[in-house]
Amino acid sequence: MNLAEFLAMGKYGAYVWPCIALTCAVLIWNVVAARRLHAEARRQALRRLETGRGAS
Amino acid sequence: MNWTWLHKFASPPHAYRLAGRLAPWFGWPAFLLIVAGLYGGLVLAPADYQQGDAFRILYVHAPSAWMSMFIYATMSVAAAIGLIWRIKLAHAVAAASAPVGAWFTFVALTTGAVWGKPMWGTWWVWDARLTSELILLFLYVGLIALRASIDDRDRADRASAVLAIVGVVNLPIIHYSVYWWNTLHQGATITKLGKPSITGEMLWPLLTMMVAFTLYYGGVLMLRLRAEILRRERDASWLQKELAA
Repeated sequence: MNLAEFLAMGKYGAYVWPCIALTCAVLIWNVVAARRLHAEARRQALRRLETGRGAS
Repeated sequence: MNWTWLHKFASPPHAYRLAGRLAPWFGWPAFLLIVAGLYGGLVLAPADYQQGDAFRILYVHAPSAWMSMFIYATMSVAAAIGLIWRIKLAHAVAAASAPVGAWFTFVALTTGAVWGKPMWGTWWVWDARLTSELILLFLYVGLIALRASIDDRDRADRASAVLAIVGVVNLPIIHYSVYWWNTLHQGATITKLGKPSITGEMLWPLLTMMVAFTLYYGGVLMLRLRAEILRRERDASWLQKELAA
């Protein structure tokens, strides 16, 4: 099987590949979003501690 | 029996650190298994005798659909624990799970529609399986919106927990919909009593992807849970020490 055949997926390449791409994009996005969320929560907590509104 | 271990486990500082340590142990195996599962499903598995190569959408569609239900079940169990035993960490788990579940439901619906077009000749039909899965997406979105609309955290936790628990009734409906009603959707592939209706070469990549997605959810949950704990515990004294370190 060569690469062109593999990419063609029979005659269903136009259906299979967008599904794989969408799934991978969502998987990557969720990791990025979760990391950003944590970094942002950490920044806010630190700022709160610095301004003295946090734990005393 | 001594329950101190449970309280320690559910204590925010302990959970925060544990989640941080566990995240890579979920994340990296998930990544490797996704690569292996996709290779097995897209390259090694033979084409289906009826559906040709279009059936390969199964390898992202079915695991996403599985996750949409698994995450909902996990979320509602966590919500129930939070509601009954008033464990705040359980509510945090439920809150951290909803967006991930919503994304997997969206992927299951979208890949299903793209698979339906060449196989059924239509993107969408209002049959039981598709409609109940769409309702699941609405439940997730409703839960996220409900939580966002209530300022008081305890009230938001309780209200979302009740909605999450009521919504559980949708899960058996989704699962058995292909048996209870006439549908275009094919029946179960693996979870049949007796033999799965799929050959080993096609089956192992599917199982690999399902395990991978489950681990992936574990990893993302750990990251989101840490963010959730930070927001909930912003005035706690342990946080100062934790963040200063």
